[in-house]
Amino acid sequence: MKQQIIVSGMGGQGILFLTRIIAGAGVSMGLEIMTSETHGMAQRGGSVISFVKAGPFRSPLVRQGQGDIGLFLHADNLDVHQGLLRSGADLFVNTSKTGSYKNISATELARKMGSNVLTNLIMLGFATKYNSLFCGQEQLETAIREISRERFIDSNLAAFRRGLEG
Amino acid sequence: MADKQQKLLMGNEAMGRGLVEAGCTLVSAYPGTPSSEILGSVVANIGDAAEPLHVEWSVNEKVAFEVALANSYTGKRSAVIMKQVGLNVAADPFTRSTYLGVKGGFVLIVADDPGPHSSQTEQDTRLFALFAKAPVFDPSSPAEAREMITAAFELSEQYEIPVILRPTTRICHSRQNITLGKPLHLQRQAAFEKNPGRWVATPAFLTGLHSELNDKLAAISTEERLKPFPVSKSSPEKEGRVPCIIASGMAFANVFDLLDELDMLNQVQLYQVKMPFPLNREFCRQIRERDEKVLILEETDTVIEMQLGLREARGRLSGHVPGQGELTPDIIHTLLLDFLDLPRPETVESGPPARGRRPSLCPGCPHRASFFAIKRTFPKGIFPSDIGCYTLGMNLGAVDTCHCMGACISMGAGFYHAYAQDGPDYPTIVVTIGDSTFFHAGIPALVNAVTQKARIIVTILDNSTTAMTGQQPTPQSGVLADGSPGNQAFIPDLVKASGVRFLRECDPYDIKGFSALLKEADQFCRGDQGGVAVLIAKHPCLMDKSNQLKQDVIEMEISDDCIGCGICVNQFECPAISLDEEEEQASIDPDLCVGCGICDQVCPTGSIVRKGGSQS
Ligand code: SF4
Ligand code: SF4
Repeated sequence: MKQQIIVSGMGGQGILFLTRIIAGAGVSMGLEIMTSETHGMAQRGGSVISFVKAGPFRSPLVRQGQGDIGLFLHADNLDVHQGLLRSGADLFVNTSKTGSYKNISATELARKMGSNVLTNLIMLGFATKYNSLFCGQEQLETAIREISRERFIDSNLAAFRRGLEG
Repeated sequence: MADKQQKLLMGNEAMGRGLVEAGCTLVSAYPGTPSSEILGSVVANIGDAAEPLHVEWSVNEKVAFEVALANSYTGKRSAVIMKQVGLNVAADPFTRSTYLGVKGGFVLIVADDPGPHSSQTEQDTRLFALFAKAPVFDPSSPAEAREMITAAFELSEQYEIPVILRPTTRICHSRQNITLGKPLHLQRQAAFEKNPGRWVATPAFLTGLHSELNDKLAAISTEERLKPFPVSKSSPEKEGRVPCIIASGMAFANVFDLLDELDMLNQVQLYQVKMPFPLNREFCRQIRERDEKVLILEETDTVIEMQLGLREARGRLSGHVPGQGELTPDIIHTLLLDFLDLPRPETVESGPPARGRRPSLCPGCPHRASFFAIKRTFPKGIFPSDIGCYTLGMNLGAVDTCHCMGACISMGAGFYHAYAQDGPDYPTIVVTIGDSTFFHAGIPALVNAVTQKARIIVTILDNSTTAMTGQQPTPQSGVLADGSPGNQAFIPDLVKASGVRFLRECDPYDIKGFSALLKEADQFCRGDQGGVAVLIAKHPCLMDKSNQLKQDVIEMEISDDCIGCGICVNQFECPAISLDEEEEQASIDPDLCVGCGICDQVCPTGSIVRKGGSQS
């Protein structure tokens, strides 16, 4: 099994956290996992991207046209990062606008749940619903429990499940 | 199920863990992307250490290097961590340390930033290693980086030589599952053996020491265990007749995956170079004897290619590989297809991808207030600045230069001398420097500016932290790297001791008050007894959420009086404010706004107001 996932958004949207959850699920399944993250200057509100690669890879980077799954937490980044996906890749976008992707207004839902920082987990739940990620609900929920800070576990799980409902 | 001891670690975390496992007793560092998280990981693993371990955020890289060096002189294992440009600052102790050598294993982790993603150059530390004559390891994954720490300590002790581990951004910031090991218990007592001929080494001793160093390098370059090995499985009888690819670091990982993807791993001879300098002699000889073509992939300069000295090889020196920048999988893919005479796929030229949103200062960032006031008070001023989050003041037109740590003060002085020669109506020069940067390299520059009679305003942006790299404490914080209390050094005391006669402090959130101080400072500079004026703009960084919770939330809104001029977006650039150009109306995004209230002084029509009230 080999899968290349790209997670794209703006600094501050919790891209790194989301990446760690997916990767954590992979490790618990006994898979070889590599991720690549953006740190430093770009985290100050600029466009950021992370990769998760599951399977026997040596490099954590994804080449143009090779990504299997795209999670876009900010639709403005489609122009910037969509080229990384292969044709026929599963694309999930946080937006109310419909297009050639599966969309959900995750930020709005997050706000309703009390905080826009939950956007990332709603998106993860949403993607999980379509069974395209190498891992499923159970493994992701375990990873959320393990990686979240104690007092955020419940709200994070709730957001993830809200996303699962679509 | 996965091994219990397996953990998903970021490269920086893996290296931090590796230092603890290697039995290090002192680790010093100065933060800088991409290296910043390594020391934090050492601290996180300190509980597992088998013996006492001193960790410190030193005031700069030179100091960090020297502290760790002396620990090594006593026979204990030491490490020092920095980013690549940090080694420029530590160049002085570093270049001499190879001549004099070390006792306890001494490992220098220098993180390079090909690309660069977060640096002012993309210099290659392996080239620096060659210049200073230090052996250097070049890891291709987080797991390998950790393993190389052990190898580096052993080599360092075997030859009494400082050894460099050179990860790159992609290694530092990628995660991988890693099996943890048990920290070594070396039980060494500090034992400094005096030896003036070596540790004091006057020029008379240096040719001898240099000759010893050359002997050490010659011996290391014949070490069998450091010889590059072929990783692909082309059959032995084909050897020498299949194309040969020599790669190191991240470029090796990328080319390996690409060859796998193209199903070409068995059609080439692929070598991984783990130690690019000194390059194994026997390996060089073997490669020089081959007839088949050779491709060399390395970041960021030409250390392997230069040592191999092949006339026909394809590399960065020969011009086949781009002479600069990161060797991304996309770039290597094209190089590989050409090298292997495979057809390039039909691509639709779509032009470069969009650049995405640029980074900007956080909502409520005190630097935004400072820059806005500076630019508004002196529209024609010259604004040398420095390295940190506040470089983003460029977006507000209040940062004109950014060179290297601490340069803003000296460059401010240089600008002054250049203009003042031409007449008395020189432009006002306002320098901005962060608190951590001030400690790092600003103090000698300030002393120099004062004594050389420069007339400039130095604004120290004191947000009580090293924000850009992840909130490390500064010497003024009184907190040590492991969170325990330390002693404090105070910025105002240092400023006064530098001979500055005009010093004021202010919270930049009070934009009007801060502007008044700027004017006062300008008058001082231009007065009969004028000189360097220092303003300390003090307000804590909001990235630390506890600071945010401590301050009042002032709810702001934008009224219908807004004319859509865009000043609040273009000149102030709070990420929470956006402009609907068609509607000619700006609005505040409640998710992003932190209620700092400083925007009420920005709008020319007075449309940004406190909720339910008027302008303050
Ligand atoms: S709020 Fe004020 S500054 Fe911003 S666009 Fe409207 S009129 Fe211009
Ligand atoms: S109060 Fe104004 S300046 Fe402060 S964060 Fe909100 S919109 Fe930005």
